[in-house]
Amino acid sequence: FRAIYHQKTILSMLKKRDDFEDVLEERRRSSDLRYALRCYTPTLYKGLVPCKVSMLKSIVLQSDHLQCVIKQVSSESGDSTECVAEEASLILDEMAHRMQLSTVRFFVFTLSKAFKRLFRSVCVNEEGIQRLQQAVQEHPVVLLPSHRSYMDFLMMSYLLYMFDLPLPVIAAGMDFMSMKFIGEMLRMSGAFFIRRSFGGDKLYWAVFSEYVKTMLRKGYAPIEFFLEGTRSRTCKSLTPKTGLLNIVMEPFFKGELFDVSLVPVSISYERVLEESLYARELLGVPKPKESTSGLLKARRVLSEDYGSMHVYFGHPVSVRSLAEGKIKRSQYNLLPRYIPQKPSVDTHEFLNDAAFRLVRIQEENMVLKPWVLIATLLLQNPDGMDLSSLTEQTDWLRHLALAFGAFLDWPDHEACSEVISCSLALHRRLLSVSAGHVQLSVTDAPQVETTPEEAVFQRAVVVLSCASYRNQILHVFLRPALLAVAMQSANSSRKDDIYNCFNFLRNMFSNEFILCPGDSDFEEACYLLMKRGVLQVLEHEIVMSASGQSTLAFLCSVLEPFLQGYQVTPYTQCANVHYCAKVWGSVFLSFFLSFFLSFCIKLYQDFHKILSSKTVFNIDNNRKYFLGNKSAY
Amino acid sequence: MASNSSSSSAQQRLRIIAGHLQKRPEDEHASVAAQECKAETPRSNPSSAAPVPKRRQEIMKWNGWGYSDSRFLFNKKGQAEFTGKRYRLSGLILPSLKDWFEGTFGANLQHKSPATPTVNLSAVAPPNLNEPFIEDLKAAGVAASHDPEDRVFRAHGHCLHEIFALREGRIGRVPDMVVWPSCHSDVEKIVELACKHNVCLIPYGGGTSVSSALECPHEETRSIVSLDTSQMNRILWIDEKNLTAHVEAGIIGQDLERQLNEHGYCTGHEPDSMEFSSLGGWVATRASGMKKNIYGNIEDLVVHIKMVTPRGVIEKSCLGPRMSTGPDIHHFILGSEGTLGVVTEVTMKIRPIPEYQKYGSVVFPNFQQGVACLREVARQRCAPASIRLMDNEQFQFGHALKPQVSSIFTSFLDGLKKFYITKFKGFDPHHLCVATLLFEGDRGKVLQHEKQVYDIAAKFGGLAAGEDNGQRGYMLTFVIAYLRDLGMDYYVIGESFETSVPWDRVLDLCRNVKERIVRECKERGVQFPPLSTCRVTQTYDAGACVYFYFAFNYRGLSDPVHVYEQVEHAAREEILANGGSLSHHHGVGKLRKEWMKESVSGVGLGMLKSVKEYVDPQNIFGNRNLL
Repeated sequence: FRAIYHQKTILSMLKKRDDFEDVLEERRRSSDLRYALRCYTPTLYKGLVPCKVSMLKSIVLQSDHLQCVIKQVSSESGDSTECVAEEASLILDEMAHRMQLSTVRFFVFTLSKAFKRLFRSVCVNEEGIQRLQQAVQEHPVVLLPSHRSYMDFLMMSYLLYMFDLPLPVIAAGMDFMSMKFIGEMLRMSGAFFIRRSFGGDKLYWAVFSEYVKTMLRKGYAPIEFFLEGTRSRTCKSLTPKTGLLNIVMEPFFKGELFDVSLVPVSISYERVLEESLYARELLGVPKPKESTSGLLKARRVLSEDYGSMHVYFGHPVSVRSLAEGKIKRSQYNLLPRYIPQKPSVDTHEFLNDAAFRLVRIQEENMVLKPWVLIATLLLQNPDGMDLSSLTEQTDWLRHLALAFGAFLDWPDHEACSEVISCSLALHRRLLSVSAGHVQLSVTDAPQVETTPEEAVFQRAVVVLSCASYRNQILHVFLRPALLAVAMQSANSSRKDDIYNCFNFLRNMFSNEFILCPGDSDFEEACYLLMKRGVLQVLEHEIVMSASGQSTLAFLCSVLEPFLQGYQVTPYTQCANVHYCAKVWGSVFLSFFLSFFLSFCIKLYQDFHKILSSKTVFNIDNNRKYFLGNKSAY
Repeated sequence: MASNSSSSSAQQRLRIIAGHLQKRPEDEHASVAAQECKAETPRSNPSSAAPVPKRRQEIMKWNGWGYSDSRFLFNKKGQAEFTGKRYRLSGLILPSLKDWFEGTFGANLQHKSPATPTVNLSAVAPPNLNEPFIEDLKAAGVAASHDPEDRVFRAHGHCLHEIFALREGRIGRVPDMVVWPSCHSDVEKIVELACKHNVCLIPYGGGTSVSSALECPHEETRSIVSLDTSQMNRILWIDEKNLTAHVEAGIIGQDLERQLNEHGYCTGHEPDSMEFSSLGGWVATRASGMKKNIYGNIEDLVVHIKMVTPRGVIEKSCLGPRMSTGPDIHHFILGSEGTLGVVTEVTMKIRPIPEYQKYGSVVFPNFQQGVACLREVARQRCAPASIRLMDNEQFQFGHALKPQVSSIFTSFLDGLKKFYITKFKGFDPHHLCVATLLFEGDRGKVLQHEKQVYDIAAKFGGLAAGEDNGQRGYMLTFVIAYLRDLGMDYYVIGESFETSVPWDRVLDLCRNVKERIVRECKERGVQFPPLSTCRVTQTYDAGACVYFYFAFNYRGLSDPVHVYEQVEHAAREEILANGGSLSHHHGVGKLRKEWMKESVSGVGLGMLKSVKEYVDPQNIFGNRNLL
């Protein structure tokens, strides 16, 4: 599998993606109730029947690892071991799932109903399912879906039930647990709850890691978690977290398992349910707390059309193959394996690298809808576009995206204009079409007079929503775009100069985009643009070809908002605003809004396409980086 | 030293002792001896049992394991049988071996891969003789030969690639001559002359190495002389007061044991290769015996070692049982693999022959339970003389070696046993595994000990499964090498390798290594699933020794030996990654040299190198093992 990372192989792989099949079709034809009650016989790991939930709990509590930490904690705190053990037991109770088939069946029934109302289709690559079926029997499996919506984990479990695969246990944030009733329901359908932060709590970490590892070692069920840690509010993949990845890999490192299969799953939505919610959050409106009443209030989403949804199960990635030559497993030989060990520097680097690669696989298998192309173009033309030129440019962009290996879901036998008008109709809340002119705007704005602040806010929501669609395709253009910008700013055609510039940009954006450390991104970018006939890469020079101008201009403008954002932020920070990252969002928002009102709107439109507390945080990190303060990482 | 006079006086003493012993009436209990599994030389005249001849090829295979008269073959009816008269299995039909063989390997009796019948002497390069050395040697009166057959015989151990090449008639670099010293002082002369004439010496004991230790280094340009110790095979004295015996290091295991038995003693050191391996070889490789739980491994058994090095003779000045005189110099010798000198004489502990021996076996529902039981036995320090746990594949292998049963009643009993275990007790025949046991000591204690072990086994779901199963289990280890030759006649190649590992990692290591073998075979284009099986063969306080068998059908592969070596290499990597050692008792040789630094650290390797540098600056002992 290592070969897959070789860029040429990646590119040739892209052409061989699996076909999709709509799983809702069957649901629309037969009874949901009967379906929910059907005989469910999942394929099992090595044919082993998983143990009882209570058994699982006692295995975890009796484990050498936990016992060792309990003794440690007890001697440090002075509490008796019984007392600490009791605490561990309580933590486990709070955390553990209580999977029950009956609850799952209930969910299957209600979700069948809900999905049918929400989505036109839910498309799954069945070859991926078959691969998963195989993988599940051979080695313990870890499912790594992308995270764009609350729907993700519901959909995952739903699909696995559908295909007679073992239901996953899912690492979920504690926030859900506070939801009355629903929290428990989720728990009974396989969610286990972890606190958002428990950095220093040794006991919590021990219970948590032992719980996950025990399930993995026993092949109890596939473990599912989100590498990105949280839902991406911008639809741009977030820099992955490595904590849980380390936990699921450690049983392999320590020889307790022969191998672990990691299955990246890419879930893409034509319209994200939380679309405008995210935009508001990015503008500083606090996230609504997960609550059952909130869920009931959100019923109205059921009445809308969210288009289609695609779930792509990627090729299982063997941890053994990933780690070959990178992890020296004998480093664990000299310490009893139950004694917790911080990952070594090498291990840490490996985890980081692996996490980035997995997220990149997720990105590459994300299905992109025509609307993504349209949103990209509309954002570059804030004054709007004529329908005809929009159609023309979308078609051009479509071919460019395909050449760069985008996984585009473009209807085969429909005229381009037809496809575009369909997309526009689905996303009508974000735009206005009048007299053949398409423009981003607030369409359902209340008729009553609004304050200027509110109007700006409304507009920002639309632009940010739209930007989140544009962000979905960024990974396709990212490397060529970095090269395009590098060429522009290097002011030279010498390969070395361009390369240096490219590297500078790459480092600067290393927290903004998924750029795997050590990847040959430069070569990949050159290769793609050469293939497209935009560039000629000579021995020492990179020369633009005559026809390449428009492509390069487009690519530059893809990165433009990010560049501007990175330019402006340090500038604003010079105002000596020294706040911690948490208050940044709101501080920045007020600062930004006043800014926004007092200047010409056009200039800053690009601006709020990308500005978010996240970006600011990234920039902040980068600033520290450039100051040489590497501890910021 | 006047070794001749001292040895003749020792012999005189031996005769007197022997006379004493023979007067005693034979003890009936002692007649059940563990040696039953191994080859037995006719006992009509025990004192005249033939030692290993200089021309070994006269009684042993030149391109396979063991005695020429003993081999497995499929007879005209397609039944497996074992020829010769030496073993308990000899002359017997093994009705289920064929099915097991074909079923396990996908082999077919129609597809034969026979060996070259005789040595192609023209393929043997002419010897590179050092004439002045030969002349001086002649003057010293040491027996020598440069006959091609003698040289070919001493150019290899029993690694797969070595035997495979011989079967195909390929002969690489062989020693240029063979010398047979007959005593310690002969060795001193030879080493002195070798230093004088800059000749490379490779000590050769039983020739059972499985670490490429006997292979002549390709880069060696000097004349290579194989120093065959087989003629130094006398027990020089037996000291009953201290229970020690002083023995020449060329004696092979079975002769040592037999001769001591005649005096009522044994060493109790029984490595699987004891029919052919020599005392000096055990010392040079840190050998381990099956009954080490009672008698200890070779390092526990030796009291005194005499070794001739290019710097002179190294030995201790007394026979004290333990000393605090800096690092134990014995440990420079033990495991030196012929790189420092020739071990010539060893004083080792002896014990009275045990009054009573009993085999036993326990069936466990699965391997995990079996390992847990062995661990508990080790924790309670009540391990019998030998306790081994075979995995399911090896259990089935053992079953395939069941000779034809003589009566319907026995086969009925077997069926009943099988029914009881699989149906009544609910053991899955594809998971159950068996531990074989050997108890030794005085009768009362053995029975008591037996009960204690069976009680522990019962706690782990183990069921006593009879003496017969146990005995057959031990037999497997003595005939396995013969079986490999049979496999090689039918496109099946294989080998064994071993490691030692802490208790908590035993299960993980076994599983991972077995799976790695299967996976590597698949990736390297092996057409049939391999036999990948293991057993836990020794228990220690802090861990266990694990032994793997790995074999596969190589039809369709262009370079099977290379594939084999790659898989074994991967398996060793897996062992090391899972906390196993580089070797428990086979040694390093040249086969596992690449991992030495990783295993003992750079400083450790440096220490060993500096010893070599001091003891043998000319690299006279130039087999290039270990370092």
